[in-house]
Amino acid sequence: MTAPKTLYDKIWDAHLVHEAEDGTCIIYIDRHLVHEVTSPQAFEGLRLSGRTVRCPEKTVAVPDHNVPTDPDRLNGIRDEQSRIQVEELRRNAREFGIELYDVDDIRQGIVHIVGPEQGWTLPGMTIVCGDSHTATHGAFGALAHGIGTSEVEHVLATQTLIQKKSKNMLVRVDGELAPGVTAKDITLSIIGKTGTAGGTGHVIEYAGSAIESLSMEGRMTVCNMAIEGGARAGLIAPDEKTFEYIKGRPHAPKGEDWEKALAYWRTLKSDPGAHYDKVVEIDAADIAPVVTWGTSPEDVLPITATVPHPEDFEGPKREAVRRALDYMGLTPGMKLTDIEIDTVFIGSCTNGRIEDLREVAKIMEGRKVKEGIRAMIVPGSGLVRAQAEAEGIAQKLIEAGFEWRMAGCSMCLGMNPDQLKPGERCASTSNRNFEGRQGYKGRTHLLSPAMAAAAAVTGRLTDVRDLL
Amino acid sequence: MEKFTTLTGVAAPLPLINVDTDMIIPKQFLKTIKRTGLGKNLFDEMRYDRDGNEIADFVLNQPAYRNAQILIAGDNFGCGSSREHAPWALLDFGIRCIIAPSFADIFYNNCFKNGILPIVLPQEEVDILMEDAKKGANARITVDLESQTITTSDGQEIHFDIDPFKKHCLLNGLDDIGLTLEHVDKIDAYEARLRAERPWA
Ligand code: SF4
Repeated sequence: MTAPKTLYDKIWDAHLVHEAEDGTCIIYIDRHLVHEVTSPQAFEGLRLSGRTVRCPEKTVAVPDHNVPTDPDRLNGIRDEQSRIQVEELRRNAREFGIELYDVDDIRQGIVHIVGPEQGWTLPGMTIVCGDSHTATHGAFGALAHGIGTSEVEHVLATQTLIQKKSKNMLVRVDGELAPGVTAKDITLSIIGKTGTAGGTGHVIEYAGSAIESLSMEGRMTVCNMAIEGGARAGLIAPDEKTFEYIKGRPHAPKGEDWEKALAYWRTLKSDPGAHYDKVVEIDAADIAPVVTWGTSPEDVLPITATVPHPEDFEGPKREAVRRALDYMGLTPGMKLTDIEIDTVFIGSCTNGRIEDLREVAKIMEGRKVKEGIRAMIVPGSGLVRAQAEAEGIAQKLIEAGFEWRMAGCSMCLGMNPDQLKPGERCASTSNRNFEGRQGYKGRTHLLSPAMAAAAAVTGRLTDVRDLL
Repeated sequence: MEKFTTLTGVAAPLPLINVDTDMIIPKQFLKTIKRTGLGKNLFDEMRYDRDGNEIADFVLNQPAYRNAQILIAGDNFGCGSSREHAPWALLDFGIRCIIAPSFADIFYNNCFKNGILPIVLPQEEVDILMEDAKKGANARITVDLESQTITTSDGQEIHFDIDPFKKHCLLNGLDDIGLTLEHVDKIDAYEARLRAERPWA
């Protein structure tokens, strides 16, 4: 009898190419996703050393970070540096024989939305990308994490990575979610509880009935923010919902391979009695719709709360909170629901999928974006956009007062022209509220799509349960 | 990659927690297709005002720390985005060593790929170094990777731990890809097995 293994242990073992005496391992990589910002130096490195891409068929490229979301982009990207990066990606993909979903391809979108959508992301795989939110793919029971550009080059050249095994951490969320509470509230609440360094050195496995009850979209939202919780990767064991989602996607296995894959995928769950180095348990009934008030994703509170005092914190965090409140322009003790916003951003690899847009549409039913509020929706991919149009959601949202943009990262990080102005305050469905993230001196409150829609209606942070 | 053996230099104190990679190098500087030249924009939004003038208070703008080679920082340094532009910017500025109670995983790894030594120490020892660093340009500290010691300006020695493989690579300036390719036969064998067992992958 071998010792019981966690899901992470199983995937790790299945990808071990070589282990040195000191525990340094060479791990095989099944899928490598590439985007324009973190790859040019890696391809350049290959060229300089006369190396080539070992497995172009396991590599896929898509520009997303700095493409404009204006339909006008099809006439060329105006910002010169952005244009050069996108052209460079195109050149590299062509030169090394890598499939590319270009700016004018309906399949183009945020790399972490495109991967699952095209069936590149499959259970039990190792998946990497030069982007920290690669954790998203963990929703399929794949070991997926972000890497730096040197590692991008390493994977291109060798289809492997040098790694040491992380520790196992289990986050269990059991019970039923209350109305108005979504996957985003779960993932933010976990970070609120464990802190942004709570998962450092660990791979998190999310489990429990509340996680199982989520759709694949919701599970991706949860895993997406594993990185904000300090973990490199988040995992959810695949189940029938996962297989259902994958079936028939362009790069999913077919015929005999499908049956074989399915049999293997069904073994991908943690064994009873497997060891975790850290366990966190949360009762789903305790989770409320939440928002962030500060400049770290751990600065999260239920919408019914008030802005905290720096004195509520100890050690270096006290100074950090003082700095954050100053940056955010908030006064301790004020109600979160009294915070007025200027902008609403719905999109990103956290919440740019079809289910997110349906949530927004549901809240907006019979309502309008408040006068004076700029509200934008940036679908996560061209296909999400097309689906929302086919379902009639797009039309309704446009009539309600939203801007309806082309796919990309957009105001999640403001590398393209979609940016906050200094002092502007945004209710955002993205994943980072760091200083300057959405634009110089911009102020970000992270929340769920439903909560973002509620904020669009009232012009301030709002408890979505009042609008249900 | 440049080797790292010993380093004696000025250490700049940056007693903030959760310094994220957006702070280290804001996104507008990620549009480059080169690795070099990012040093002037290191900590850009903390270092310069909107018109590009230096903010005098910021530690790296103070005369004592303009040529700092070591950074002493708070918990969870380098969190957030995986951008390797963060270590590139630090390196281009001249920082070769960062000392903090903890680092974010990806950033920590990225440092080693660029000849930067990140050192994890208990908070009490970071506090000692932070105080030492506050003394300014006369307080030069020495980091010796071979013996895994830090010597403060008044001669106090602090030991640090480091992964032996990472130490070896840094001491010798080794390129990971070259090392991995020495095992190419194992990768070939793995791929053959993969084709048989999991052909869809
Ligand atoms: S949507 Fe935001 S978090 Fe996601 S990949 Fe793009 S920039 Fe990164």
